[in-house]
Amino acid sequence: MQSGNHLEPLAALAKGPDTFPKLLARNAVRFDGRTALREKKFGIWRPTSWRQYHDHVRDFSLGLVSLGMGRGEKLAIIGDNRPGWVYSELAAQAAGGTSVGIYQDSNLNEVAYVIDHSEAAFVVAEDQEQVDKILDMLQKLPNVRHIIYSDPRGMRNYKHPRLISMKAVEEKGRELARLRPELWMQNVEAGGATDVAIICYTSGATGFPKGAMLTFQNLLTTAENFNKVDPKLPGDEFVSFLPLAWIGEQMMCLASALTAGFIVNFPEEPETVMEDIREIGPNLIFAPPRVWENIASTVQVKIMSTSRFKRFMYNLLMPVGYRMADLRLKQGRASLGWKLAYQLAYWGLFRALKDRLGLSRIRSASTGGAALGPEVFRFFNALGIPLKQIYGQTENSGIACVHAVDDIQFHTVGRPIPGTEIRISDRGEILTRGSSVFVGYHKNEAATRDTLADGWLHSGDAGYLTEDGQLVVIDRHQDLMKLTDNTRFSPQLIENRLKFSPYIKEAMVIGNSRPYVAAMLCIDRSVVGKWAEGQKIAFISYSDLSARGEVYDLLQKEVDKVNKTLPAVAKIRRFVLLYKELDADDEELTRTRKVRRRLVEERYRDVIAALYGSSAQVPIETVIGFPDGKSMQIKTTLLVRDLETA
Amino acid sequence: MSAVQLEVKDVVLRFGGVTALQDVSFEVEKSSVHAIIGPNGAGKTSMLNAISGVYRPQKGRIIFEGQDITHRSPYARTSIGIARTFQNIALFKGMTVLDNLLIGRHTHQHSGILKGGLYYGWGEKEEVAQRVVVEDIVDFLEIQHIRKKIVGTLAYGLQKRVELARALALEPKILLLDEPMAGMNTDEKEDMARFIIDTNEDRGTTVVMIEHDMAVVMGICSRVVVLNFGLKIGDGTPEQVQRNPHVQKAYLGQEDSEAVET
Repeated sequence: MQSGNHLEPLAALAKGPDTFPKLLARNAVRFDGRTALREKKFGIWRPTSWRQYHDHVRDFSLGLVSLGMGRGEKLAIIGDNRPGWVYSELAAQAAGGTSVGIYQDSNLNEVAYVIDHSEAAFVVAEDQEQVDKILDMLQKLPNVRHIIYSDPRGMRNYKHPRLISMKAVEEKGRELARLRPELWMQNVEAGGATDVAIICYTSGATGFPKGAMLTFQNLLTTAENFNKVDPKLPGDEFVSFLPLAWIGEQMMCLASALTAGFIVNFPEEPETVMEDIREIGPNLIFAPPRVWENIASTVQVKIMSTSRFKRFMYNLLMPVGYRMADLRLKQGRASLGWKLAYQLAYWGLFRALKDRLGLSRIRSASTGGAALGPEVFRFFNALGIPLKQIYGQTENSGIACVHAVDDIQFHTVGRPIPGTEIRISDRGEILTRGSSVFVGYHKNEAATRDTLADGWLHSGDAGYLTEDGQLVVIDRHQDLMKLTDNTRFSPQLIENRLKFSPYIKEAMVIGNSRPYVAAMLCIDRSVVGKWAEGQKIAFISYSDLSARGEVYDLLQKEVDKVNKTLPAVAKIRRFVLLYKELDADDEELTRTRKVRRRLVEERYRDVIAALYGSSAQVPIETVIGFPDGKSMQIKTTLLVRDLETA
Repeated sequence: MSAVQLEVKDVVLRFGGVTALQDVSFEVEKSSVHAIIGPNGAGKTSMLNAISGVYRPQKGRIIFEGQDITHRSPYARTSIGIARTFQNIALFKGMTVLDNLLIGRHTHQHSGILKGGLYYGWGEKEEVAQRVVVEDIVDFLEIQHIRKKIVGTLAYGLQKRVELARALALEPKILLLDEPMAGMNTDEKEDMARFIIDTNEDRGTTVVMIEHDMAVVMGICSRVVVLNFGLKIGDGTPEQVQRNPHVQKAYLGQEDSEAVET
């Protein structure tokens, strides 16, 4: 129990804390014993107060200093969302360093690339699994001086000289604090707004990831500006379950939580997230589309297998929700009758459903990172969860535009947040400018110059502004497709509609310079598997299941539904069900689960050739090589389904 | 270091005219991982049953930590630290994982109907203490996501893991595992092997396991006993056993093969 002595020089912070560590020091005084973090461990939510949070960071930071961390050095972090992750980041920043997050499911080469490229001298690896990745690649990582682990399980026989436990580092920090009690606050105060706080490696749908350098100023002004349109209050509950290497989670868990003082909850395990969300009942939630898509399709699947009465209620009352959602979106007024019907639907269905999902107390729900299909939007709005779209890139701290809560429109991404300007270039590209825009890519001047030409951040997205100043994002500029009859269309729009079907996990739409639109679909293994069980269809594997005529029939109905919503030229004419799920480990998806279009097109060129052939059955015999050296031999007959598009 | 924890001495087990075990003797060192292998019907499960007390040998002795336990009941054996799992999962399928594990703690519970009935507080306090131990095991075996699920609804590989958890809930000194990896795929086997090694190394628990997968046996066991038709035909390190001509003959039916590894 330390007294507040070391926090005396707080007067120096009076002009307003301009770094994460300064905010932490302020919060330790302001909120003191109030809960800052919570982690579920051994079945119980265990709180950490702001004071304890601060003390952990202080000890770990001084520990890093005594291990020789100098100002400007980098510390890479890899692991699941746990308090140790945020302690490490803040500790590095307090010591004058920069934190580099690595996606926890990255493979060896990805991990090595980020550590090597960022020149990280320190690596915090959560557990044995992550430590193994670093040790395996250590020969290629000459800059790494220390590997710090927080979970000692399974580490008893590890005797590597560069390996040290987080506890031991904190102990070193406490020793140093006894010798030089003033050092901590000196270090904190030495930091400034323009220091690079984090390097965020963008998943990059093409080529090597690039490291976007973001300063405290970038992150904190964005958090404050975002807070103005989407207020977060001290004591609000938030569950952190998305990779902390992602800018969105950085914005919430660190920048926003430190600014607003809300509580960050860390789930027990990645597998328990949904249950943990229900236990916490968060007030704030920020998740990429796949999470929302997942929840929506889980609900639909569960309804299919629930009792007849519940299914009846769902089918009866859901349309009422949809009707109200549509009215609200058009800013129309509901008649008294509909209002009453909605009340009935609320008590009869939505209340229980929201409680099941852990979303009863949601005040602010947003989606970001990619476009979310309008069907999913409608679904959540029907339940009474005003889901807002956030538009942004890593390069502008993740947030450029957001819906206002009373002005949500499916096709737009809202208006720019205060402090951000938006312009559409002559070729239709979305450009942003403001305090949120990053200072450049780490060790990549050329890319920085291109991206920041004329002082505007070039997003690479095509879009336009509506008359009332809302931004509409069409698609990645380079992904926009042109059919041979010169019709332009956005594959993403069609893909999102397809993915609303619970049976479809991934979709890739093709048609650039081709006579018509075609689609490669990946079925959802568990949902289609369950359906097949119900139909008494036996199958032995994913590829077997995806080649069944009955499954094709099922999916054809889903594609037909989507086709009804599309203009004639953009209708899907033929589709195949892919024999393999697209996988981030095979580099077919980015770590944030976006399809790497070019790579997939190249890898499955035989399949695409079949889509534009004339036969309904195409024998495929091919070998797919994967980046980790393994290969997969495929010998199958691919079915191609033709659709009526008249 | 090499203290003998379990000693099996000249054990003979007969069922009517069938001899399941014939003068089998071996020793298990404390904190080792010991395998019992052999073809079908070799008497492996009978051996485990004799150690855990399900069967009483007609002759011979079983000595655990210096005490002769040959005539003790299975219940008495669990309370001195012998726990086991079964070839065909033996769990309460209609109950949750947590409840199954709490039942595994019964030898460590002391407030009976009378005490718990007189004052709820005693029972409650004890329940909390038991839950702490159980949660530690839940964390250890990474089954947090299923702790409130009904056992019968879980996939086979997970049920096997829950059964190991139930055995660990006893905080045993020696753990008898009857084919812990039967019917599992490669990933599940790897997980299970890791859990067995962790149990042995982190908790110092002695493990005696029956296993068919020779890769697993060679990978994680320090000593192997080979049975064939109730007779011990080999005993030693995995390498020694692999070279043993009797073992090769029993497994392969011929004398000069090198392909014992699978």
